[in-house]
Amino acid sequence: MHASPAARFLDASHRIARYAATIPHPAKTPVALPPLDSPQWQSPWRAFAWGLRSITQTILTVVLFVTYLGIGALAHDTHFSLLWALCSTLFVWAGPAQIILITTLGSGATVIQSAIAVTVSAIRLFPMVVSVLPLMRTPTTKRRELVFAAHLTAVTLWVECHRFLPQVPRERRIAFVHGLGCGLVSVCLTANAVGYFLAANLTQTLGAAILLLTPLSFLFSTARNSREVADVVALALGILLYPLAAKMNSGLDILVSGLVAGTIAYGVHWWREVRA
Amino acid sequence: MSFAQLIGDWHALAVLFVAGVVPNQIWRMLGLWFGGGIDEGSELLVWVRAVATAILAGVIAQIVVEPPGALASVPDALRYGAVSAGLIVFLLTRRSIFAGVVAGEVFMLVGKWWLG
Repeated sequence: MHASPAARFLDASHRIARYAATIPHPAKTPVALPPLDSPQWQSPWRAFAWGLRSITQTILTVVLFVTYLGIGALAHDTHFSLLWALCSTLFVWAGPAQIILITTLGSGATVIQSAIAVTVSAIRLFPMVVSVLPLMRTPTTKRRELVFAAHLTAVTLWVECHRFLPQVPRERRIAFVHGLGCGLVSVCLTANAVGYFLAANLTQTLGAAILLLTPLSFLFSTARNSREVADVVALALGILLYPLAAKMNSGLDILVSGLVAGTIAYGVHWWREVRA
Repeated sequence: MSFAQLIGDWHALAVLFVAGVVPNQIWRMLGLWFGGGIDEGSELLVWVRAVATAILAGVIAQIVVEPPGALASVPDALRYGAVSAGLIVFLLTRRSIFAGVVAGEVFMLVGKWWLG
């Protein structure tokens, strides 16, 4: 029961439990894939196609679409170009990092300040990559074959890998993940472009409605993923402390409120661990 | 909207690379490289995750408190009300992201229409 904290941190089942709530009704949404021994899996291209098709098997695709619709609109109203928004989706491929980048740069933070905020937000990708790649590895897999899968890893893909991969033959899993990832990236690029043009052409009220999607979807998806007390405290305090930090007008508002709220949240976690 | 507007300037793309792409890919590639043998203090990672969540929370607050573009046309009270209404529905529906987002949007649109 009491594995070392590091082992617990890397334990995939623990992580699935943390994010399991993002999958609405696992039992009611059976994954429609061919059986493991089907000849369908003989070609890597077929496996890629099955991965691509699997984006229709999850409600998270809709959540991603809405989120990236908002990111596209946010990019427009913060005066970034469409190409910039598409490149950020293609090369950054992490929603939280993208809105942190757009919002901080848009409100006049320096490149260094934005880079620090984004770097901290991106650390969460590290344990995700660590836990998801072993699912695809075979004894003969070379590290470079996993580079693209590592790039595609973000919270949605990570959740879906744990759901789909047990039903994919191990030697076809990399191709399947490439298909799944490319499908999700395509959905998000489309959403970015649609959101960008809607923000440019809609009436002010509807434009505001699309911009409001970003804080709403990120607030609720983060709240939904918050299983531990530290996460809930960090989320709530982070929101409450930001207006105070903004009053100091240091230009480091986000970093200051993030550091203070995050450290208090960690303190709560630590205090509970000590008492337990 | 002109073609040049869609492309933007190279400076902004360079900033995207430095402040956006590199900070994300570093962590993914570290995960790829050292994934097998990490055994570092997970307490540090708990703290890091809490700070990362709080930074994201701060950005969410920033968009609502100091709204960009068209969202600035919505009065303060209506924006805060929309987020609160969404949050209440989210909690009442056993954490349905979809219900929360729809409730927040409907609150904002109805409020805007009602205010004229």
